[in-house]
Amino acid sequence: MSRVDRTKMPVPGAPRPFAFPTIARATLGNGLHVRVISHTSVPVAATVLLVPGGSSADAPDQAGLASLTADLMDEGSRGHSALEISDRIARMGGDLDLEVSHDATVISLATLDRFLDLGLALVHEICTTPNLAEPDFLRVRQLRLERLRQLRDHPAALADRAFAQLLYQSHPYAQPGHGTAASLGGLTPADVRQYHAAMFQPDGATLVVAGNQPAAVLLEKATAAFEGWLADPSLPMIARDRGRLDPPRAPSARLAIVPRPGAAQSELRLGHVSTSRRTPDYHALVLLNTVLGGQFVSRLNMNLREDKGYTYGVRTGFDLRRGDGPFVLQTSVGTEVTVPALGEAFNELRAIRNGRPVTSDELALAKSSVALGYPRGFETVQQIARSVAQLALHDLLDSYFEEFVPRLEAVTLDEVAAAAQRYLDPERMTAVIVGDHDRVGETLDVLGLGPAQTVAPPI
Amino acid sequence: MVAVNLWYHVGSKNERPGRTGFAHLFEHLMFEGSAHHDSGFFEPLQRAGGLLNGSTNTDRTNYWEVVPTGALDLALWMESDRMGHLLPALTDEKFVNQRDVVLNERRQNYENRPYGLAGVALSAALFPPDHPYHWITIGDPDDLRAATLDDVRTFFTTYYHPGNASLTLAGDVDTDRALALAEEYFGEIPRGPATPPVWTSPLASESRSLLLEDRVELPRLYLGWHSPAMFAADDAELDLAADVLAHGKTSRLYRQLVYERRIATDVSAYQHSRELSGLFQIACTAAAGIALPVLEQAVTDAVRMLAAEGPTVDELARAEAQTEAQFVYRLQTVGGFGGKSDQLNAYNVFKGNPGYFDVDLTRYQSVTGPGMAAAVGRWLVDQPRVVLSVVPRGQRALALPDATEVQVS
Repeated sequence: MSRVDRTKMPVPGAPRPFAFPTIARATLGNGLHVRVISHTSVPVAATVLLVPGGSSADAPDQAGLASLTADLMDEGSRGHSALEISDRIARMGGDLDLEVSHDATVISLATLDRFLDLGLALVHEICTTPNLAEPDFLRVRQLRLERLRQLRDHPAALADRAFAQLLYQSHPYAQPGHGTAASLGGLTPADVRQYHAAMFQPDGATLVVAGNQPAAVLLEKATAAFEGWLADPSLPMIARDRGRLDPPRAPSARLAIVPRPGAAQSELRLGHVSTSRRTPDYHALVLLNTVLGGQFVSRLNMNLREDKGYTYGVRTGFDLRRGDGPFVLQTSVGTEVTVPALGEAFNELRAIRNGRPVTSDELALAKSSVALGYPRGFETVQQIARSVAQLALHDLLDSYFEEFVPRLEAVTLDEVAAAAQRYLDPERMTAVIVGDHDRVGETLDVLGLGPAQTVAPPI
Repeated sequence: MVAVNLWYHVGSKNERPGRTGFAHLFEHLMFEGSAHHDSGFFEPLQRAGGLLNGSTNTDRTNYWEVVPTGALDLALWMESDRMGHLLPALTDEKFVNQRDVVLNERRQNYENRPYGLAGVALSAALFPPDHPYHWITIGDPDDLRAATLDDVRTFFTTYYHPGNASLTLAGDVDTDRALALAEEYFGEIPRGPATPPVWTSPLASESRSLLLEDRVELPRLYLGWHSPAMFAADDAELDLAADVLAHGKTSRLYRQLVYERRIATDVSAYQHSRELSGLFQIACTAAAGIALPVLEQAVTDAVRMLAAEGPTVDELARAEAQTEAQFVYRLQTVGGFGGKSDQLNAYNVFKGNPGYFDVDLTRYQSVTGPGMAAAVGRWLVDQPRVVLSVVPRGQRALALPDATEVQVS
């Protein structure tokens, strides 16, 4: 046996061809879009129902309505109690998730494959005929209020809340999806019933089913379960896309602090309003972010963690939504290094635009890292079903997955440099510190961001 | 894609008082370069489209990569280089940097998080100071600061070699090639000395009631008992008993405390089965204005009743269905934290049989109602336990009246 050659590392071979999921589609008579994917793997099936309209659809004084409604949908239906629903899910080994994002409400159920029919029937039932009864409303709202109380001690939640509020002001994306004590207190069971009736309409919603059965069988089952869901044209239209309203633009860089006396760390957010998922520069932004703060070997993590030891980790992201989402840098740093950490973060943000633009090697690394790792996102039926639902949310073509890597590979250095100029503006960023004001406060002026504004996010 | 998964049979249970947190700190140093690639471990693998990480618990340390098939040789070259040739690349600078990173990790995930130090207090009370489960894996900050480069060298020599490691590959690779590659890259690394025995000491036999004031809005009650080690008799019974007690809305504690009486906002229970000894834990967060003695009474009664009457047919059926589903869900991915490769390694390291999946599933499917009742009676009724009241600062009146204050940092 020959010894391993340790003088040089093995060079990876060419990527193997990867077949992205084939999507079969239909639109039912009631307007519901159906997408099915046959995926031969372990015997698990995933059902995802996406309804456009999420927390940004909440009226300003009703923050939390979309989320509270979703919470109530598995609390009983057709006269059956919440316990009976829970029992049915448990007996199919099911995993039910009701999630409200800024732009959509997504109901996901994973089950063992042999329970797919029962799972489809259950998703249909909780969507179309939930009880939304007053005793359940009162109980679930009380639980929500208690959870809000707990968030007041959660540094990351406080930071996210303050950041969104400062960036978006009166725009719907400022609204806390889980509501506030004041907004939840004003909601009634009638509000929930009205919102549910108007929001859960088949026309425009998308049902995705992925499982270990032929596509034709999946399509047949999905159709049988949902074709009886009828639209009610008499209901008022609901503004599902308020996220697309113009957001405010920050006038200049600013600094806010949420005091947390004696805090062991400073929780930081830094960023500004960015762009939407429709941006033509999407692939350039993915690569720019990968270099800047999107993976372990990003500039920010290598600087703040691996060089300085200021943090356990730092990451950035362009949170691209139907409307203009934020660019945000997030990290938690030692109290005593709060100011130098923010200083280094600003240095990196400025440098990638001006002075130290992305190099050809960095771009090559980012491209190969993202492109070669892309198939990992399609391993489980849940991942596949959710990805396909995202296509519907963002009006993307079924060929999107196939085209992702070629489009990524085509991005040039100039395009990444232009994206940095256009989509990052450190001089207009908002910095939020959740930390010990007494210990970090005095030195904050060296950042040159003006006086720190003390904020208490409404929770 | 291929998943590479490498376990070293060493964790915080192999540490000594005064050097706690060391196994995990060491794990960090494994990502800082080795003799023939003396720079970051992440860069070549991320460039190749790989995902990678590692983790440490009381019993083992794992390292994994999920890479495109073409990068399998690269991943194995790098894993074997740090197994065989780590120390020449080790420097004081790397050591100090990663110690700072770990101190940040501890502050972020424990000290600055609501209820984050409850686990520290619970482990310290349930296991005596000279038992290796007395401390949690992240360790004590002063111990981390006291660690030296010599400690690193000794630890590496003692625990990081093929005789104490287990490698699994899963995904796009066939058995012959997998075995040939393992031989090629790891075959030349010397086996190393037998690892020293893990010392243990008798478990505490007295119940304790403790109080921790924390920066929290709602008080929370934790109850901890000694329980069977992993795969030991009664382990599966207690795992399913935890489901019956606190998993889902139909579970006894959720239904009674959250759904009907509304005196709690959440409940949880789990059988944390570990190599030397298990820990059965129940936790419930009180609703605003509710004092913890009410919850303590309700939990104690529920446990007693389960021991006396056993689960209903429906409860057992639900728990069995969920268990089967969890076994299947765990096999959906080839690797990462969990997935096929990690599961194979768990069975190989702890049972000496990577193909233990069917036996393990059968172990759960064989649980009976009377068996569960008997197990709950043996381990959780009138047995020594630690009750921890975590209350908002200044609100000691909400704690159990007999609770004594503990200091944790």
